[in-house]
Amino acid sequence: MRQCYFDHVATNPLHPDVLAEMMPYLKEEFGNPLSIYPLGMNARNAIEKARGQVASLINCKPSEIIFTSSGAEANNFALRGIALARQNEGKHVIVSRMEHHSILNSARFLEKMGFTVTYLNPDKNGIIDPDTVRKAITRETTLISIIHASSEVGTIEPIKEIAKIAREHRVIMHTDAVATTGNIPVDVKDLGVDLLSMTAHQFYGPKGAGALFVREGLRIVPLIYGGIQEGGRRAGTENVPAIVGMGKAAEMARDEMDKRIAHVRRLRDKLIEGILKVDNVYLTGDPVKRLPGHASFTVEYIEGESMLLMLSAKGVYVASGSACSSKALKASPVLLSMGIPAGLAQGSIVFTLGMGNTEEDIDYTLSEFPPIIKRLREISPFAKGWEEKGGVCYSPGE
Amino acid sequence: MTLKFVENIKPDVTTDIVYMMCPMHLLKLEEKMKELERGQILEILTDYDGALEDIPGWCEKTGNEFLGIEETEDYYKFYIRKKR
Repeated sequence: MRQCYFDHVATNPLHPDVLAEMMPYLKEEFGNPLSIYPLGMNARNAIEKARGQVASLINCKPSEIIFTSSGAEANNFALRGIALARQNEGKHVIVSRMEHHSILNSARFLEKMGFTVTYLNPDKNGIIDPDTVRKAITRETTLISIIHASSEVGTIEPIKEIAKIAREHRVIMHTDAVATTGNIPVDVKDLGVDLLSMTAHQFYGPKGAGALFVREGLRIVPLIYGGIQEGGRRAGTENVPAIVGMGKAAEMARDEMDKRIAHVRRLRDKLIEGILKVDNVYLTGDPVKRLPGHASFTVEYIEGESMLLMLSAKGVYVASGSACSSKALKASPVLLSMGIPAGLAQGSIVFTLGMGNTEEDIDYTLSEFPPIIKRLREISPFAKGWEEKGGVCYSPGE
Repeated sequence: MTLKFVENIKPDVTTDIVYMMCPMHLLKLEEKMKELERGQILEILTDYDGALEDIPGWCEKTGNEFLGIEETEDYYKFYIRKKR
């Protein structure tokens, strides 16, 4: 049976060239980067090379990159680290309802610490209007954190415009660029952000390596206390192989970006066109300002997980929302915040494409998808006419 | 050692290591002092209490002049004149 992996926002396979670069650091080059003998120096040099490669991907100085264990850690670090460092100036933070749990739960933590948090709603396409950000700023606001692109609906946010507003009000601007870094051009100078989170496994690097860009001169309270790794701002012996892999993956992403974007965009457009031929299926997110490999839909009268299971039985691997909320079997807060009715939001399905996908994958999926939807609707208590067969009909939205 | 409090010192170089972990205050101190000319003044901003002992001690050991500290609400400002 054909295997079609369409869940690249959950994670990506490791690129073979990245693995090759990592291998010496999983074997003979095992030194601690803080050790002063050659084994330690080799590890130190490898990390600094990777720092340069990552910096080059987002157009910043190497010293502005702090390696972390994940995008989630980078998000936690940014939100807590800046809010706490600036709490004498104010205790108000602005985030959006499009954010990942690592931002939302950090925001809730700050609320418990006595901060006030404003959660901004997006429009129906998932876009945060810069004007709503401007209106939410108070004299107490010290930090704004808006996601660069949503992994659930693929919408790319107007970060440059929002960062400009933040700068005008002397508020620090962070963006969670986990879904975008390495996949579309990300330039911190052009965006005008002060902090930016990323993770390696979103661009064919290893898991266990993320990074936070922190603009030079910005004070940030550490999340993990200990030694002097990462300039005394993030303790813990470095995950050298993963960092080396992140560096290589960043370099490759930069060099191959145009080619990668063209590949996934072409397949995505074909997929969207084909899926939308099925009745009562709607594209979620912005039709234009979206990630090139991202196709997300709501399918009326069907619960998302049942689609996932039936597609999985056919070798088509997709998600119903974020990797975290898929497990929780509840309607996505992101879709609800976009004004999508709860019933319809339950029928969410997300295809995210990568370099391993082919035209044949799309053809196969487009042939398997319609009969699955037909079958599920026949047995769905949400579908019209089900009550006539003796069931109770629940209309979407209830 | 008694700490000397100073005001309005004009530094030649400032390094801000507020919230950076120990012993960054000593590593940055050594790194920055190498960049200074003899007679120039370094200002270090840090919130680390241990620096109150470490920085004057480092100056004594290395023969540089510890000019004193200034306190702000969140951190200390240390002033060191390069002597050697």
